[in-house]
Amino acid sequence: MGNHILDIRDLYVWYRTYEGYSKVLDGVDFNVNKGEKVGLVGEAGCGKTTTMRSVLGILPEGQFHIPKGEILYHGENILKMKPQELHKIRSEGMSMIFQEPSAALNPVFTIGSQIFDVIKYSGEGNSAGSRSKNKEKIREKAIQAIREVYIPDPERILECYPNQLSGGMKQRICIAMAIVTERELLIADEPGTSLDVTIQDQVHRLLRDLVDKKGMSLVMITHSLGVAREMTDRIYVMYAGNIVEIADTKELFANPLHPYTLGLLASVPKLTGGGVTEGIYGQIPDYLNPPKGCRFYPRCDRADHSCQQEKPPLRDMGDGHYTACFKV
Amino acid sequence: MNKLHRYFLKRLFYSIFVLIGLSIVIFVIARVVPGDPARMALGPRAPQFAVDALREEMHLNNNLPTQYFYWVKGVATGDLGKSLVTKRNVTEDIKEFLPATLELVALSAVFVIMFSILFGALAARHKDKWIDSLIRVMAYTGVAMPSFVLAVLFLLFFGYIWPVIPVLGRLSAGLYAPPTFTGLYTIDSLLVGDLEVFWDALKHLLLPALALAVGPLFQEARIVRSSMTDNMTKDYLASAVAFGMPDRVVMGKYLLKPSMIPAVSVMGLDIAAMMGNAFLVEVIFNWPGISRFGMEAMLHKDLNAISAVIVVFGLIFVLVNILVDLIVAYLDPRIRLGGGV
Repeated sequence: MGNHILDIRDLYVWYRTYEGYSKVLDGVDFNVNKGEKVGLVGEAGCGKTTTMRSVLGILPEGQFHIPKGEILYHGENILKMKPQELHKIRSEGMSMIFQEPSAALNPVFTIGSQIFDVIKYSGEGNSAGSRSKNKEKIREKAIQAIREVYIPDPERILECYPNQLSGGMKQRICIAMAIVTERELLIADEPGTSLDVTIQDQVHRLLRDLVDKKGMSLVMITHSLGVAREMTDRIYVMYAGNIVEIADTKELFANPLHPYTLGLLASVPKLTGGGVTEGIYGQIPDYLNPPKGCRFYPRCDRADHSCQQEKPPLRDMGDGHYTACFKV
Repeated sequence: MNKLHRYFLKRLFYSIFVLIGLSIVIFVIARVVPGDPARMALGPRAPQFAVDALREEMHLNNNLPTQYFYWVKGVATGDLGKSLVTKRNVTEDIKEFLPATLELVALSAVFVIMFSILFGALAARHKDKWIDSLIRVMAYTGVAMPSFVLAVLFLLFFGYIWPVIPVLGRLSAGLYAPPTFTGLYTIDSLLVGDLEVFWDALKHLLLPALALAVGPLFQEARIVRSSMTDNMTKDYLASAVAFGMPDRVVMGKYLLKPSMIPAVSVMGLDIAAMMGNAFLVEVIFNWPGISRFGMEAMLHKDLNAISAVIVVFGLIFVLVNILVDLIVAYLDPRIRLGGGV
């Protein structure tokens, strides 16, 4: 497994609540290879964002507990790292784009100030040369990045505050911040969800093109299989803190196996089929007392006694297609 | 920026009406309270004709609107009338007593601003750790203890048990007040280069300023803490952390500035309110300030002095408020610039 940039192994993340531990992630396995675009798909509240936030170590301080698991970045466990090492990975290795661009940009600093800081603390900012020259270089880099996300008049944008920009522009700025310095892995957490549909499409295309151009790896978090199909090479389907199916994108759409994946696919409205025909009844289980065995069985029409007893492991179905279901 | 200028000019203009309204209210209230000010000024043994003469001189026999008209006419020409107690022009009294309180409140304000940010940031940074609990206990104690209780405790401790610092008045006996430029002893003494007087004046300021500052200080510290812990959960902070920015930048820049916005608004009001709240502290520390002067004026029904003090307080309140709005506008571009490109 030498090619993995990121390799999450059997990760458990629990949140502390007044009623006890909310056991959200329940043994997640996930990896990203060099230059690969990976989708992490699941409905709201299934733990996609939690997984990726734990990679960057930005879960809410003091409110979570990781009882078990490893997050390996080039073979080094992030969870056991010293602050300086983690710092280095954050500033040089990975970057993240958040779901809500208005929340991800600090409202009281200019766009310029925020991009400059990203460059300054990335290790690329403090090269040799005088201070003013350095500043000029940082500025150049920032302008270049804003051009790359197709925003006109970058000089003026640098002086703007986030509230002066539209949602789409803000998300482009967030993308610019994520690619302004060289990084090998980009984590995009539903970057289009808060935007309207046409802008969403532009942002997705921009993101895919930039990742390809720079040879970065991408983790695309999304609740939409359609978006994942357009953007990714390989898809992880997540349900209630479990990875339930892994497959190459083409394979997954050609031959979906897990009942949850089938349900997700069926819930997509089809242009030819007259609206939504089916869906999945019920809702994500209570993480305080998650069902024993398969977490999906209360909503699954194939479930029987065995599903309630034991948690189904991921099984290799050939060609890198894995699924966690006894009934497949 | 032009829009902002116009906004503040407008604010300044409106505040004139606020002051006029305030003066009418206080003018009426001071006069409907029972008791004859002329009689109180002259004492119970004064002959009736003298009282009548004074009433006539003060226009007390006219109706309220006429009285108010006379007063405004005086104010417009810079004459706030004569005090019945000090027998001087009220302007003189204000010139004498206001700087002492300004100096006191200014130092208190420095304490409030410095320590509330320090304690608030410390508590937020070490949320739910012992340091946060310690500051919380200090805050509850500090807010619950009225400033005059603290003042008495200071007086007892530093005046009697451990006299390392002066507790009464503005200067030690034997020292002369510096020549008046601003009326603030610390500043005036520095202006003439008299360090001995400066130190002495500063030492005299310390305890009353501290007694006055403690309550608002801890209240503000709690606001700073809660606004910081609130902002800590924001994505823009997670984003700054995720980009690998060092702790001091994340905390000192990306967290501090947005967190100061709610604190500044409350701080301004609290600092302005200290002008009036200084009364008991001024009494206990024998501080010749305007708050004490104003309270005595009320007890003596010294009509002109009451109106003057209240209008001065109102003026300061209005100015501080405008200043606070300026600072908030500086901190928050959403206010400064509005939406749209």
